[in-house]
Amino acid sequence: MTTALLELESVSKRFPIGRHGLFRRGHVPHVHAVDDVSFTVGQGETIGLVGESGCGKSTLVRMITRLLDVTDGKIWLDRRAVSEVPAALFARDDDRGHIQMVFQDAGDSINPRFTAFDAIADPLRRLGGLRGEALRARVEEAAVQCGLPVELLERFPHQLSGGQRARVGIARAIGTKPRLLILDEPTAALDVSVQVTVLKLLQQLKAELGLSYIFVSHDLNVVRLLCDRVVVMYLGRIVETGPAQAVFDSPAHPYTRSLINAIPRLDGVRHTEGRLTGEPRSPIDPSPDVCRFYGRCPMGTDRCKTEMPPLHALPGHRQAACHFAA
Amino acid sequence: MTAPVLRVEDLSVAFHTRNGVVRALDRINFAVDAGQTMALVGESGSGKSVTAYAIMGLLEEAGKITGGRALLSGTDLVACSPRALSRIRGRRIAMIFQNPRAALNPIRAVGRQIADVLLRHGGATAANAKQRAIEALQAVGIPDPARRANAYPFELSGGMCQRVMIAIAVAARPELLIADEPTTGLDVTTQAVVMDLIQAMAAETGMATILITHDLALAAERASRIAVMHAGHMVEDCDTATLLAQPRHPYTARLIAATPSATGRLEALQSVPGGLPDLRRNDLPPCRYAARCERRAEACDRVITMRDIAPHHRIGCWNPLEQAA
Ligand SMILES: Nc1ncnc2c1ncn2[C@@H]1O[C@H](COP(=O)(O)OP(=O)(O)OP(=O)(O)O)[C@@H](O)[C@H]1O
Ligand SMILES: [Mg+2]
Repeated sequence: MTTALLELESVSKRFPIGRHGLFRRGHVPHVHAVDDVSFTVGQGETIGLVGESGCGKSTLVRMITRLLDVTDGKIWLDRRAVSEVPAALFARDDDRGHIQMVFQDAGDSINPRFTAFDAIADPLRRLGGLRGEALRARVEEAAVQCGLPVELLERFPHQLSGGQRARVGIARAIGTKPRLLILDEPTAALDVSVQVTVLKLLQQLKAELGLSYIFVSHDLNVVRLLCDRVVVMYLGRIVETGPAQAVFDSPAHPYTRSLINAIPRLDGVRHTEGRLTGEPRSPIDPSPDVCRFYGRCPMGTDRCKTEMPPLHALPGHRQAACHFAA
Repeated sequence: MTAPVLRVEDLSVAFHTRNGVVRALDRINFAVDAGQTMALVGESGSGKSVTAYAIMGLLEEAGKITGGRALLSGTDLVACSPRALSRIRGRRIAMIFQNPRAALNPIRAVGRQIADVLLRHGGATAANAKQRAIEALQAVGIPDPARRANAYPFELSGGMCQRVMIAIAVAARPELLIADEPTTGLDVTTQAVVMDLIQAMAAETGMATILITHDLALAAERASRIAVMHAGHMVEDCDTATLLAQPRHPYTARLIAATPSATGRLEALQSVPGGLPDLRRNDLPPCRYAARCERRAEACDRVITMRDIAPHHRIGCWNPLEQAA
């Protein structure tokens, strides 16, 4: 068993909606963006975070990177309760450099007036206080680790190919020697022709540097390639977790089944079982007694609308939140 | 044999830019039959969208068709006047795009937008347009269509907007639907439902569909034929099963080897070396894949034309992969 690097304990985030101000009366409705989410990320482990847009992945990531405060629950980084540090102060916290993000299209997330060098140097200046020769050395080291030729460091984003920009984004993230990288659809903007090289780079860096990853992605074929475990979310809650291969081979939750059956397959065989029709239920003050998947779920029994299924343990280090998962 | 709905012959397109002439399409040939779904696949910049826009007569100012024809049931779209083309668009050919919300009018209720199209192309009357728009929303699986007809695009999810686009596209029962990355950016679950819908509409109306996608797996699942494009050339055009099992163009084989499947391991995947050539070059080689190709030979310096190597299987390559036994 690996030791835990990051631990989430019953983390929730609720956003009040509607009229703010002094004179609001009575109950204020809330969007339950993330509800009672617990999981751990081991040292050197890659967790895939999947689920449809709006299911709470981004909110969860923003709490982990401490851009957003939790409403309830705790986030531990290496046994320190980082969720206790207000988001506003975390920017100057010693642990800030230990969690870094890689975004979808590095071309969009990097200032277009920054050269590749500046982009990689920026967090090192801000968080590491590096200057001069030490800064240059560290930038070049990170670039080389990411397979980015040093000659390209003077170029601007628009002068780089998509694959090279992705490498800049990754080099920028590993510069501060983080322990956890959060990768948000890191290859979504890339052609398959270069996607493979970026995925292989990520796998190699993880082995070399002992990094842990949280890999947020729609592309389940890619998640399967890179992740040790997956966390499947639906409407703010975890519906299933477990070793990636096991979950993909025999999903326990009906939502996971729909998700996996919807992946286009290169062998052209189409799996139409469990097509998800309709829209998810409203995330505003959802009933605590109804399964979040009720209404779209092919099972949908009376019990599902009177008793919310808890996330319970299954054999093989798996968990699912369904009355019928065994 | 019925005549194809669309036959594209030697279609070439160039863009005149300040930095030179971009030879975006070079002598593209293909045909699509009624009821058939054909996929156009290839890397970003390979010319998939330019092909679609050229057929639709929607190229930007800088883009000019420099040769060839595009025959829609016999009518050459390239020779049509802009007025004739605009009558054909929406009525006989329809197109849906990647970002449906951007393609819809943001300040008009979606029901009205559908009604507009039904009035223009779908034979609706002022009296029944509203009711027919609601029926169209129902047909694309939008729940509570009478209420949703009054919604504005920003009030609907991406998947819902794409359904509205589909409702608009099929309103006039076109002969041909061009879907350019119709599900890119949507969740896989929504993608599956939207693709099911497009195919159900095609089955019902007999329209031909050109599915433009960078996702070979999506093409494999949805199209009966796949045409692979590279740097403005078509390099292989074949029925789906044969293309995936026995690709003959080296580029097709590379694309397949780079695409994650439902079972393979990362170690087994291989990237495609190199990148697309700069299409502004005056000295583009006859084979635009040659610089990336491990099978490059002397024969490759000859002008490339697509040729049949088996029934329904064409390639543009002088040194193709062997046919597996
Ligand atoms: N307005 C334009 N001016 C100059 N060149 C253009 C213009 N539009 C397209 N091109 C060029 O035409 C070629 C084909 O582009 P196209 O948009 O068809 O590619 P695509 O296959 O649709 O790519 P993607 O997968 O990114 O959508 C590219 O080299 C592109 O740069
Ligand atoms: Mg395109």
